[in-house]
Amino acid sequence: MSKKTLVRLASLAVVLILWEFYGRRVNPILFTYPTAVARAFFELAASGELASYMRESLMVLAYATVASIVAGVLFGVLMGRFATIEWATDMYVSALYSMPMVAVVPLIVLWFGFKVPAKVIIVFLFMVFPVLLNTFEGVKNVDRNLQEVARSFCSSERQLWRHLIIPSAVPFIVAGIRLAIGRGLVGMIIAEFYTSITGLGYMIVRYANAFETDKLFVPIVVVMILGIGLMWLAKWIEVRIAPWRRFDERE
Amino acid sequence: MAKICIRNLTKTYSGGRVVALSDICLDIEPFESICILGPSGCGKTTLLRIVDCLIPRDGGEITFDGQAVYEPRPDIAVVFQHFGLFPWKRLDENIAYGLEIRGRPRQETAATVARYIELMGLKGFEKAYPHQLSGGMQQRAGLARALAINPALLLMDEPFGSLDAQTRELMQEELLRILTTEKKTMLFVTHSIDEAILLGDRIVVMSRRPGRIREIISVGVPRPRKIISVRAHPRYIELRARLWEMLKQEQDDRIPAETNA
Repeated sequence: MSKKTLVRLASLAVVLILWEFYGRRVNPILFTYPTAVARAFFELAASGELASYMRESLMVLAYATVASIVAGVLFGVLMGRFATIEWATDMYVSALYSMPMVAVVPLIVLWFGFKVPAKVIIVFLFMVFPVLLNTFEGVKNVDRNLQEVARSFCSSERQLWRHLIIPSAVPFIVAGIRLAIGRGLVGMIIAEFYTSITGLGYMIVRYANAFETDKLFVPIVVVMILGIGLMWLAKWIEVRIAPWRRFDERE
Repeated sequence: MAKICIRNLTKTYSGGRVVALSDICLDIEPFESICILGPSGCGKTTLLRIVDCLIPRDGGEITFDGQAVYEPRPDIAVVFQHFGLFPWKRLDENIAYGLEIRGRPRQETAATVARYIELMGLKGFEKAYPHQLSGGMQQRAGLARALAINPALLLMDEPFGSLDAQTRELMQEELLRILTTEKKTMLFVTHSIDEAILLGDRIVVMSRRPGRIREIISVGVPRPRKIISVRAHPRYIELRARLWEMLKQEQDDRIPAETNA
């Protein structure tokens, strides 16, 4: 085991132990401690409650991810390629991206109700803009020198996309997706807070209202692990899709 | 008939206020190697880009085998100072690029690529990405990519300008060796006097502001050439001194641009 891993594990152990000792001395309504969270986790997992809520959340996240990648990449490419589309739409895109998306959640609920479609729309709105803008940047920022190379070799438009624009935009797109996943998790929890029928966000609200702090921590930890896992997955995919970037990362 | 005729070529920037090239006339004979030598800012790279129609010209004519040239031709290949390799392509894919663009059959492409990998001494590095290779290796690949399409004209835009001195000399020697087996018409832009004498049959010396041809000099050193033999040649010493004097004057801007021999 490397020294780095050792230090990390030691740090984790120290934090968990301190939390355990401190947590046990606080009123359980206000705070909790690791072993209690673990006990609550197994309880919720055994009853099937955690799995059913999690399935609901993941489904929403999956639909929204696919929709936002498809829509974001498609529209980003169109904006990057056709100046008319860019000029006609870029102000709305930047306005919507800059706006805290939470602001439109009540409106979406009003229009689309409390069920899955409304939640997918909310999460989609959280996710689509980073994908769109990064795709746009990727298509726009194609190396001028390489464009010249392509022209000097008499590349056709189709070949230009295949050999130059798409490969050079891919790392931008993947970075956009990584950003989007972070925002998507926020959107997912907020959507479930607001609709309060099911999902991990609903679990948080419910156990907070019931003052069952140990159970409240279970969905929080799950979302945290989910976030780490998805980021790692995106990174893994990026390395597979764009292996030539491994070098840049190391620098 | 000359392979390439350039007639009264002019180019201005900033709406005509900056004259980059003025009244350039040059004939390039088949299999001739022309070096364009000049101080930075004399428009020599602009001239090369205009010959490949990568940038538009304001006036003048270029013909290639008697045909007027208005857009990049598939039988002209450029080697760039910045190498211009695609970072996401492996070395062999980069070399295959021009052949792929031309839609050559796969087998033929693979065979050609293998031949140039061998010729350029890149064996064993086929699967490397450009960033994993030294500048010299990258430019070997850039040269291989250009040669692989068997171009009728090779345009070299200070191809060795960003390499260190030693690698540059190795690459020059390499190029000389390749040109003896694969005869090519070549237009080579450089700011190095040594490089111009070594590689050129004729040297076009340019003056700046506006960029004009100041003088065209025949090198007169027989081929095949090697760095050592060229430097030992009596013409070398003489030419070097003459070119140095000209470039110095250009650098000082003391002599008006109209001086023409």
